[in-house]
Amino acid sequence: MRGNDWTILVFAGALLVGTTISTPGQAQSTIETVKKRGHVICGASQGTVGFGAPDSNGYWRGLDVETCRAIAVAIFNDRDKIEFVPLSGQQRIPALQTGEIDVLPRTLTWTLRRDGNGINPTFANYYEYTGFMMPKALGVTKVDEMAGASVCVQTGSTTEVVVNDVSTKHNLGLKPVIFDNVAATRQAFFSGRCDALITDAAALASVRATQAKNADDYVIFPATQYMDALAPAVRHGDDQWFDTVKWSIQALLAAEMYGITQANADQMLTSSDPRIRRFLGVEPGNGTALRLDEKFAYNIVKQLGNYAEIFDRNLGKGSPLKIERGPNRLFRDGGLMFPLDFQ
Amino acid sequence: MTPIEFTPSLLVDRRATRPPPVPRRSTAGILFGDLTSALLTIVTGGLILLAAPAIAKWAIIDAVWTTGNPSACQQAGACWAFIADKLRFILFGVYPPEQQWRPLVVIGLVLLGVLMTLAPALWGRRLIIGWTVLVAVMLALMWGGFLGLSFVPTSRWGGLPVTLLLAVVSLGLGFPFAVLLALGRRSAWPVTRFLSVFTIEIVRGLPLVGLLFVASILLPLLLPADWTIDKLGRTVAALTVFAAAYLAEVVRGGLQGVPVGQQEAARALGIPYWKTVCYIVLPQAIQKVIPPLTNTAIIMVKNTSLVMIVGVFDMLGAGRSAATDPAWPAPYPEIYLFVASIYFVICYGISRYSLWLERRVREKDYQ
Repeated sequence: MRGNDWTILVFAGALLVGTTISTPGQAQSTIETVKKRGHVICGASQGTVGFGAPDSNGYWRGLDVETCRAIAVAIFNDRDKIEFVPLSGQQRIPALQTGEIDVLPRTLTWTLRRDGNGINPTFANYYEYTGFMMPKALGVTKVDEMAGASVCVQTGSTTEVVVNDVSTKHNLGLKPVIFDNVAATRQAFFSGRCDALITDAAALASVRATQAKNADDYVIFPATQYMDALAPAVRHGDDQWFDTVKWSIQALLAAEMYGITQANADQMLTSSDPRIRRFLGVEPGNGTALRLDEKFAYNIVKQLGNYAEIFDRNLGKGSPLKIERGPNRLFRDGGLMFPLDFQ
Repeated sequence: MTPIEFTPSLLVDRRATRPPPVPRRSTAGILFGDLTSALLTIVTGGLILLAAPAIAKWAIIDAVWTTGNPSACQQAGACWAFIADKLRFILFGVYPPEQQWRPLVVIGLVLLGVLMTLAPALWGRRLIIGWTVLVAVMLALMWGGFLGLSFVPTSRWGGLPVTLLLAVVSLGLGFPFAVLLALGRRSAWPVTRFLSVFTIEIVRGLPLVGLLFVASILLPLLLPADWTIDKLGRTVAALTVFAAAYLAEVVRGGLQGVPVGQQEAARALGIPYWKTVCYIVLPQAIQKVIPPLTNTAIIMVKNTSLVMIVGVFDMLGAGRSAATDPAWPAPYPEIYLFVASIYFVICYGISRYSLWLERRVREKDYQ
């Protein structure tokens, strides 16, 4: 589900050659280019359930996809002024750097090397930590009891690295059994092909709820003590565009904080709370500061809803995945999502 | 000193060289003719009988054919209802649904091209012009942006038309390059020869996946910052180069089969080089290599499915993406079988066509 360190390898090779020629310097600012073009170009996945995948009609849906639509709404007040370019895990960072896409919201884990090597993660739109799921019958409840276990892993995700790291750290001799897609990995686990399944812990809970014959037969425990932040990224060197993307994501979180939903956005325009009035652009200032429409945040909520609504219909209760909010709750509800001050 | 014998090979009636007819054997004779055949028949038949009920149960008896409710597929056999539900997506990918007639027409145009190719009356220059016009019309239709057709960027192209276009364009563009490379490799000029050998060997020495990665990841980084070449365009370029290198060696094989005397005779008659090549050498050379040419064409059709790894939604990519829909219980076998059957129809069609072509050429030889 998450990034792939192949990218870095390919990218390092590319950089070696690339730097000798030129570093991409944008003659025109990204936002001017986007406005002139008339739509935002978004890096998309080749089908990652809940985050970004086309539906039967070819319409893109998912948390990352809607995050990108929020940017289009902020600029054009139209969630469909957008083009999605499907990219593989290896392609996505070069595509961003070379200007093929404007923004990369594609389950990209925020890491130092990626950040340092020419891209700027803006603000996390999803937090996850990796977990193991095992049948209770095996009597294992934490990582250091897993010695010799075989683990169903999805290739091309950072979980491959986690299995390796955990195995080395605790000297467990884990045996990864690698599959190339989510469904096959899960099926293999439930058919007993391996002792454990590793992936995002929130996703594990949903898998247990929806695919296990008896959810009580399985136990989930964290694989590491680390949490990953998945953040849409932009290129280095364009601060205005960085701000536009960052505050488009923020608008979704702040709307949830203020209790503004797609349904009640119009009502909220008459609210007397100064914070809400500033957020919705009733009291001007925010739009001018970002050089966007004064009502950009209102438009985003009106067309897409707030973060909770987007999460629920793509990943949570309203979707077949039924993933718990977990760390993706707002900080006031015990999560990590932190809306900044809209003033 | 032995006297030089004169073999009047050119005077022999070539009909006499036709191979003797093979006597027909009865079906029973083929299956149970001798001990080995009988044993093999029994073992294979037994295996088929063992597997057939399970396959039939999965694919037909327990299968879900139509349902509006994806969870009906949960405990059942094959979920063909999924294919029905996702058919539009597998065939046309993320192409805007309201413009769907355009890729549909493109598929129709490819069929038209195939019919054209089947008619011997059109062979020659007319066929080449016909295909060029067809491909141009197909690309224009897919892109749009004129006569009120809305513009559709290549990032929204997908499914079967992309598979077909990639195959046709890469083979079509690759072939002329292949001929040049093959001629270059046999050229008397060292520089031409070296460049041809170099190109062919480099490209053949790289896996197609590697070439696609270079085209889709390295190339944009190497180009100046304000240059962006369309992703699909880069993919086509990589496939074309790949096809050209392989076709070049096939064509060279054909060229080697043409007696040197043909070219020498042409030169003696004062026919210019390019005319000799186009009207004397190439027609004979290509005729000799129809089977390997077909082989390369079929391989290229299937190779187009590799573009999935660089994020082009070809038919296989669209199918795999459709299968990730969490509402359905991961119907990968159904998707792969469906996509495989479409590939089979295309490739088997090409293979039958080449057999027919070969027979026709041979019969013409004996006339």
